[in-house]
Amino acid sequence: MSQQTLQEKIRANPKFAELVGKRTRFAIILSLVVLVPYYSFMLLVSLQPQIFATKISEGSVITIGWPIAALIVFGGWLLTGVYVNRANGEFDRITEEVLKEARK
Amino acid sequence: MKRSLTALIAGSLLAVSFAVFAAGGAIEGVEKQPVNFSAIAMFMIFVIATLGITKWAAGKTKTTADFYTAGGGITGFQNGLAIAGDYMSAATLLGLTSMVYFKGYDGFIYAVCFFIGWPIILFLMAERLRNLGKFTFADIASYRLDQNRIRTFAAIGSLTVVCFYLIVQMVGAGQLIQLLFGLEYNYAVIVVGLLMMVYVTFGGMTATTWVQIIKACLLLGGGISLMLLTLAQFDWSFENLFTKAIESHKMGEKLMSPGSLMADPISAFSLSLGLLFGTAGLPHIMMRFFTVPNAKEARKSVFYATGFIGLFFLVTMILGAAAITIVGTNGAFFEGGQVGGKLIGGGNMPVMHLAKAVGGDIFLGFLSAVAFATILAVVSGLALAGASAISHDLYARVIKKGTASSAQEMRVTRFASIGLGITAILLGIAFKDQNVLFLVALAFGVASSVNFPILILSMYWKGLTTRGALWGGISGLVSSVGLVVLSPTVWVKILGNPAAIFPYDHPAIVSMTLAFFVTWVLSVTDKSARATKEKEAYEEQYIRAQTGLGASGAHDH
Repeated sequence: MSQQTLQEKIRANPKFAELVGKRTRFAIILSLVVLVPYYSFMLLVSLQPQIFATKISEGSVITIGWPIAALIVFGGWLLTGVYVNRANGEFDRITEEVLKEARK
Repeated sequence: MKRSLTALIAGSLLAVSFAVFAAGGAIEGVEKQPVNFSAIAMFMIFVIATLGITKWAAGKTKTTADFYTAGGGITGFQNGLAIAGDYMSAATLLGLTSMVYFKGYDGFIYAVCFFIGWPIILFLMAERLRNLGKFTFADIASYRLDQNRIRTFAAIGSLTVVCFYLIVQMVGAGQLIQLLFGLEYNYAVIVVGLLMMVYVTFGGMTATTWVQIIKACLLLGGGISLMLLTLAQFDWSFENLFTKAIESHKMGEKLMSPGSLMADPISAFSLSLGLLFGTAGLPHIMMRFFTVPNAKEARKSVFYATGFIGLFFLVTMILGAAAITIVGTNGAFFEGGQVGGKLIGGGNMPVMHLAKAVGGDIFLGFLSAVAFATILAVVSGLALAGASAISHDLYARVIKKGTASSAQEMRVTRFASIGLGITAILLGIAFKDQNVLFLVALAFGVASSVNFPILILSMYWKGLTTRGALWGGISGLVSSVGLVVLSPTVWVKILGNPAAIFPYDHPAIVSMTLAFFVTWVLSVTDKSARATKEKEAYEEQYIRAQTGLGASGAHDH
C-alpha cells in the first residue's frame, strides 16, 4: 500500500483526531502547570522579594523561598512522569490502533 | 583501521603520561599548585576504561547510523543518563555551588531557570523530534523546506553554538586542571582535545554515550557522597546548616531570600527565556533523541534525564550552602590564610575546598578526576554534534545531494572530528586567561534565537516557508550575537566602554521575539509556488510527527 493512501486512511480515522486532540490538550495543560508557577515565581522574586523571606515556621531560620524553589524542580520532574505514563500507555495504544487499522 | 586505533590509543596514553610527567616542571606557574598524584591516578583509570570502551565501540561503528546515533539502540534509561551527563558540565558543579556560596538564595533561582526547560522539552518536542529526525536537528528543520538553504543555515546554527560551548569548556578545562592537577594549562587543553578526538573519531556515538553515562554516574555518585559527608557534620539538620551559614556569611539573614540577581524583572525574564528555550535548541542535546529506537524510549529518556538533573541541582544547592560554613570560616582555603579574602584557586572553588575539608586529599582527588572526566565527556558530545553537522548536513546532503556513499560520509565525519578537535585545542589556547562567561550567554542566545524558532515552527506551524525560516534565523543570529556584544559583560567589562548600549546580559527577550516575528511576516507574505508546496507538504510531516509512521527505526547490526 502506498504511503499516500496510508496517510489518507489515518487522517480519515476518527481515532486519529481523538489522539491528536487528547495529546495536544494534555501537553498544553502540563506546560501551563509548569510555566505559570515558574513565571509567577520569577515575577515575584524580582518585584516582591520580601515574600520569600517569610520563615517556614516560628523560630526557624529557613525561609519559604527554599522549599518553594525545590518544589518547582521536584514538581517539574513529577509532571514529566505524569506525561510519560499517559503517553507511553494510552496515547501509544491509540497510535498503534490507528496504524493497524490504516494498514488493513 | 584496527591498528591505527590501537596506535592512537597508545599515543594518547603516552600524551597523558607525558603531560603528567612534564607537570613536575610546570608547577612554577602562577597558581603554584602541587601535582596531585591521587587525582591524576584516578583520572588515568577513567581514561583507560573509556579508551577500552572506545575500542569496543569502534568494532560496532560500521555505518553512518552507527556513528551518528549508535544505531538507535540506546535504551531510554541509558539515554536519560547520557542527556543528564551532557547537561551537567563541570561549570554546573563549580558554578552553581559557588553562586550559592557567594549569593545564597539567588543561586537557587538560577538553578531553577536552568532546570525548567526539561519538562517543556518533553511535553512539546521529544516525540516529534524522534519521529521526524534521523541524525541531526537540521533533518527536521529542512524536512519540507529547501534542502540547500535551510539545511546549510541550520548546520551553521549548530556549529556556532558548538564552537561557543567548546571554547567555554576548553578554557574551563585548562584552568581547572592547572589548578586541581597541577598540570600546565596548554597540556590540559591538548590532553582534552586528543582524548576527545579518539573517542569521537573511532567510537562515534556509542563511545560518546558510554563515556557520558560513566561520567554522569561518577558525578552524581561523587556529589551525593559529598553531600552525605557534609550533612553528617551538621547532625543531618538543615536548620543547623542554615543557622551556621547565616552566622558565617557576611550577607547574614539576606542569604536566605532573593537578592540583586533578579531585581530587574525584564532582565530576569530575558535570562529565563534564553535558558528555557536555549536548552531546547542545543544541538548536542537534540542529537541524543535520535539514539533511542522510538518515541516511547525518547519520552522515557527525558523523564530520567530530568530526574537526574533536578537531583543534581538540589545536591549542588546543599553543597554550596554547606561550603559557606565549612570553607568560608577556614583560613586554610584563603590566600594568605585571610578568612573572607580571596579563595585559593578563585571564586569557582568552594565545592573543591569542601571536598578536601570533609573527605581529605583522596576525596579531593576523586572529585578533581570527575571534573576532568566531565569536561572530556561534554566536549566529546559537542564535537560529535559538530561533526554530524559538517558531514551529514553540509557534505552528504548539501554538497553531494545524498549521492555520497556511506564510506565516503564516514571518512568526512572522521576528518571533521579531527578538525574540530584541533580547532578546540587552538581556540582553548587562544582564549587562555580570557573571561569566557559571555560565551555561555552567546551559546544560549543563538540556541534560543536561531535553532529553537526554526525547529519549533517547522514542527508546529504549517505556514512556515523557506523564506521565513531563513530570514527569521538570520535576524535571530545577528541580533543575539550583536546584543551580547553590546551587553554590559562584553561592551563594558571586556571592551572597556563606559556604558552598555544594550542593558541586559541575555539577549533572548529581543532576539528571540525578533526571530519569531520576522519568520512569521516573511512566511505569511510568501506567495511563491515553492511556499505553496511547502505548506502542502506539512500534512505528510504532521502525520509522521503524530504517529511515527515512516520514522527511522533502530538499525540492525
